[in-house]
Amino acid sequence: MTTKQLSIFLENKTGRLNDVAKILSESSINMKAFSIADNTDFGILRVLVSDTDKAYQILKQNGFAVKFTDVITLHISNTPGSLYSILDLLATANIYIEYMYAFSEGEQASVVIRPDNLEEAVKVLKQNNIQ
Amino acid sequence: MIWNQAAECMSREEKRRLQSQRLKELVARVYANCEPYRKRMQEAGVTPDDIQSIDDIAKLPFTSKKDLRDYYPWGMLSAPLSDIVRIHASSGTTGKPIVAGYTANDLKIWEEVGARCLAAFGMDKNDVFHVSYGYGLFTGGLGAHGAGQNLGATVIPMSVGNTEKQLLMMHDLGATAIACTPSYALYLTEALEKSGIPREEFKLRVGVLGAEPWTEAMRKEIEQRLQIKAYDIYGLTEIIGPGVGHECEFQCGTHLHDDHFYPEIIDPETGEVLPEGSTGELVFTTLTKEGMPLIRFRTRDLTRLVYEKCQCGRTTVRMEKILGRSDDMLIIRGVNVFPSQVEAVLCEMEEVEPHFFITVDRVNNTDTFDIQVEVKEQFYTDDIKGMVKLQKKVVAKLQSVIGISPNIILSEPRSIERSQGKAKRVLDKRKFQ
Repeated sequence: MTTKQLSIFLENKTGRLNDVAKILSESSINMKAFSIADNTDFGILRVLVSDTDKAYQILKQNGFAVKFTDVITLHISNTPGSLYSILDLLATANIYIEYMYAFSEGEQASVVIRPDNLEEAVKVLKQNNIQ
Repeated sequence: MIWNQAAECMSREEKRRLQSQRLKELVARVYANCEPYRKRMQEAGVTPDDIQSIDDIAKLPFTSKKDLRDYYPWGMLSAPLSDIVRIHASSGTTGKPIVAGYTANDLKIWEEVGARCLAAFGMDKNDVFHVSYGYGLFTGGLGAHGAGQNLGATVIPMSVGNTEKQLLMMHDLGATAIACTPSYALYLTEALEKSGIPREEFKLRVGVLGAEPWTEAMRKEIEQRLQIKAYDIYGLTEIIGPGVGHECEFQCGTHLHDDHFYPEIIDPETGEVLPEGSTGELVFTTLTKEGMPLIRFRTRDLTRLVYEKCQCGRTTVRMEKILGRSDDMLIIRGVNVFPSQVEAVLCEMEEVEPHFFITVDRVNNTDTFDIQVEVKEQFYTDDIKGMVKLQKKVVAKLQSVIGISPNIILSEPRSIERSQGKAKRVLDKRKFQ
């Protein structure tokens, strides 16, 4: 259920995201999902990749500020209400979501969640048979 | 009006005779009473007897800002402390200010040159003079105050802050002239516009503006919006304060009171005196001061001197707009900022690298002050909140040391150029032409 996500600090300037994409593609690393949080001066790229350790090493070698962050990834059905039931479980357990992003394909949807209390979140979800 | 016709319109030959006489007296006085100067001259192999005319000034060693800090606080005085009646000070790089001591006669000289400036701005004893420079160690407030009083104007010692009250006093007391920084003049303009009080109810007509560099565009804006005539008054704490020079009604350079403050233009690299009309570093010798007279004080300001008689009738030498500084001090929003201060603060913080890049610009007549810094790898966080918190911490630290608040731009590791030798860490995009 938990996955290692890479968080990369990026200056807000044209082409910076291209650089990351290029470096990863040159090492044949695939990006499975990503999101960007930003303010006026900088952004943080959060990404799930096919080979996390390799991507981490390569980005570091190329001078990026990159960190591992543990996140929860869930595969749920791409139907109305399925996200709500999960969010409701976490809210009821008083777990705060720092950020999340999602993508869907066909009947499946995937959700990446960064809760403030990872252990507790995993526990709650498992108790409710959510994978 | 010309306040002191004799002094301000004297022929060049007559001026040179006066300067030569005053220089001789100054050197004798300083040699006898100020140890650092005596030592300096002995090292250079010069005695007071070698100084017979103003041209001999080139034989004398220079004085730098560093000397004033090294001999802090009283080492550069040429008069006993018992004769010093006033102290002023300006901010320094390392927390130690530059302290200047004035004798009663020095204050008289200051009031004299100050009155000359105000008279050149068309002011006289009928003016109500609102002084919005800070009163205190800063020379602005008390300097303008003394000048106004000597002129015979009605001086309102407002000092800085409380804009509403400033407007109220200016309105109710019928101020006709205001002394403040150009940026504060603009700030006041906005406040006045917002207040809804009709401009006709104010009698303001003259702005005595200085203490920071400003552009022609800024002057135009102040003049149009505040409906006053805006004049530049020039001064340095080390020399005496505001009153070293002024513009006249033709606004074609800054007239320097060269019967009291002798200016030279030197090559900042070699220290050689440059031929008349050259651009170089401005150097001042205070010919008549007693408390802390300075010989060949290097201002680090780059400019050019014009010796032709002005249309206004004055023969005092004119200085063109200052082009920039030959060292790295920046004046941002009227505050002296040294890159070394920024470096010192960043070095103390464990979260950031000591590398930085300062960009200064002027947008809508306000100085912008950006500092790009690099966060140490282990301190990057996964969330914006954490990074913003770090950003604010850097701003607060810097603000507490340098007095103004920079805009901190967090950047990626090693994104700031590392240079060999002297790092280029400042880009000043402001144009004062």
